[in-house]
Amino acid sequence: MGSRASTLLREEEIEEIKKETGFSHSQITRLYSRFTSLDKGENGTLSREDFQRIPELAINPLGDRIINAFFPEGEDQVNFRGFMRTLAHFRPIEDNEKNKNPTASEPLNSRSNKLLFAFRLYDLDRDDKISRDELLQVLRMMVGVNISDEQLGSIADRTIQEADTNGDSCISFQEFIKVLEKVDVEQKMSIRFLH
Amino acid sequence: MELFFNPFDNLLCILLGISFTVWFTLLLVFIIVPAIFGVSFGIRRLYMKTLLKIFEWATLRIERGAKEKNHHLYKPYSNAIIAREPTSLEEEIKEIRRSGSNKDLDSASEFEMSDIFYFARRGVESIMDDEVTKRFSAEELESWNLLTRSNNNFTYISLRLTVLWGLGLLIRYGFLLPLRVTLAFTGVGLLVFLTSVIGLLPNGRMKNFLSEKVHLMCYRICVRALTAIITYHDSENKPKNGGICVANHTSPIDVIILASDGCYAMVGQIHGGLMGVIQRSMVKACPHVWFERSEVKDRHLVAKRLSDHVQDKSKLPILIFPEGTCINNTSVMMFKKGSFEIGATVYPVAIKYDPRFGDAFWNSSKFGMVSYLLRMMSSWAIVCSVWYLPPMSREEGEDAVQFANRVKAAIARQGGLVDLLWDGGLKREKVKDTFKEEQQKLYSKMLRPSWTPLTT
Repeated sequence: MGSRASTLLREEEIEEIKKETGFSHSQITRLYSRFTSLDKGENGTLSREDFQRIPELAINPLGDRIINAFFPEGEDQVNFRGFMRTLAHFRPIEDNEKNKNPTASEPLNSRSNKLLFAFRLYDLDRDDKISRDELLQVLRMMVGVNISDEQLGSIADRTIQEADTNGDSCISFQEFIKVLEKVDVEQKMSIRFLH
Repeated sequence: MELFFNPFDNLLCILLGISFTVWFTLLLVFIIVPAIFGVSFGIRRLYMKTLLKIFEWATLRIERGAKEKNHHLYKPYSNAIIAREPTSLEEEIKEIRRSGSNKDLDSASEFEMSDIFYFARRGVESIMDDEVTKRFSAEELESWNLLTRSNNNFTYISLRLTVLWGLGLLIRYGFLLPLRVTLAFTGVGLLVFLTSVIGLLPNGRMKNFLSEKVHLMCYRICVRALTAIITYHDSENKPKNGGICVANHTSPIDVIILASDGCYAMVGQIHGGLMGVIQRSMVKACPHVWFERSEVKDRHLVAKRLSDHVQDKSKLPILIFPEGTCINNTSVMMFKKGSFEIGATVYPVAIKYDPRFGDAFWNSSKFGMVSYLLRMMSSWAIVCSVWYLPPMSREEGEDAVQFANRVKAAIARQGGLVDLLWDGGLKREKVKDTFKEEQQKLYSKMLRPSWTPLTT
């Protein structure tokens, strides 16, 4: 059945989302069609089960962490605005955006916000610090049963040692940015649209 | 003597009688008789060409309407919406690490915090567009075919187009639907009645011959009941006795389409109700393989009965749909290996529907069988192509799964469908954990292969 995408999403809403996220008109309608096809309950919001129904996401070792990034603290449903806001982090950075007015609010797909998305994947309790325990848990998700606790522990210790500059045995967001300052974040954390 | 009927009623009765007779004669001459003999007048193809011209015109009107209002048209993209590079986990993570450090790669640390970028991006890519979930809902059309069910641009329809659509509605529901329902009842009724009659005959060449003719005739009537316009290619490869015919599955109509061009032994579970009546009478005329519900779970029993059937060369080729469920005809999903273990010759068949005239996909989570059939009979037509591919057998050193994948690739290539490894069962079930474990194993290898992993 056709998803009647453009008739259910009003022009004003599309304009607002465009301003907030920077996606184009056609990209927004396309992603709205995707949103409605994932929304099995047809109530205008997605739950965690709706995401888990995507097989390629279910087999991703960090699938649950990524799904979590869509849901604000304590909530179980995400609407289309929230969906787009999270997806906007992966919009490629266009050249004309690089030298914008520094006092304007930072776009969702800036380098800093992309790094924040990745930081939050590690930061399980959302306290703006990555502790040794959190790092271990995320590492365990990524390697499964294939590496022993001791080996994983020493990896975590080494990582924190290299990154931690203020001696609190945790990695703050600033320390995280410093460690990754040379990485090509713009390209590696961007998804290109074909149209 | 008082007049029971006044002259008007009399006239009305006569008129009704005449129109019914005319109606049934036309039906008989133009539809049923050709069905019996397997010839065609070409009416359906003419109908198809006319419809195509009307659809093109309708799409142009919608585009003009959208342009006038200066709006963007919703254009469905049947291809991907995002660019996905086919790089492996290893390549990508190495690249990310290389860009982040100026150290030599060999002495690079085992783990980098930037490794997570790979998983994050892949995850969000699959949220934006994935290969599997879109196969379980109807394909989106590029141009409008005057059916409400497939339109996304309601606001741009002009008056002329609305009138045309209304006319289409009238024709489809007022003329085509009753005609098709009559034919369907005739076809099914004849099938049940005649196969039961033939069942009374003693086994032998006469019975087989008659059974073949009856089955073909009734299926042809059903084909006309759906206004199915089918093009068969490469009929020299048609399945022979003792073989297994496998095809991609889009809807229960696949059976009617294949069986109206050749005789097959069907395989399936015995149902109750009307379906069960049809099944029980069919098996009187020639041997089909029907299973009780309890027997379906027993894989050995199923395999034994199928292989017994194929070994008897006098029995018809078996028709099986190895995907196990209906897929939306844009891709072919994993074939279950059961039919490929039996050791018989496999005759692959590719079926591709043209979605412009009516979407044949049965979305069983959305529509029950009856509403599905009504939708089918109120579309414009069912247009499809059937390709009979050359027979294949299992080769030396090839196991059943590899053989199944080889057949699947051939069918996908011929039908222009995407060849997927994913299981069609994902429509209803969760994906197995083994896939996630494979990903985890691959990543563990990147954390310095000199460490011995706990499990190999």
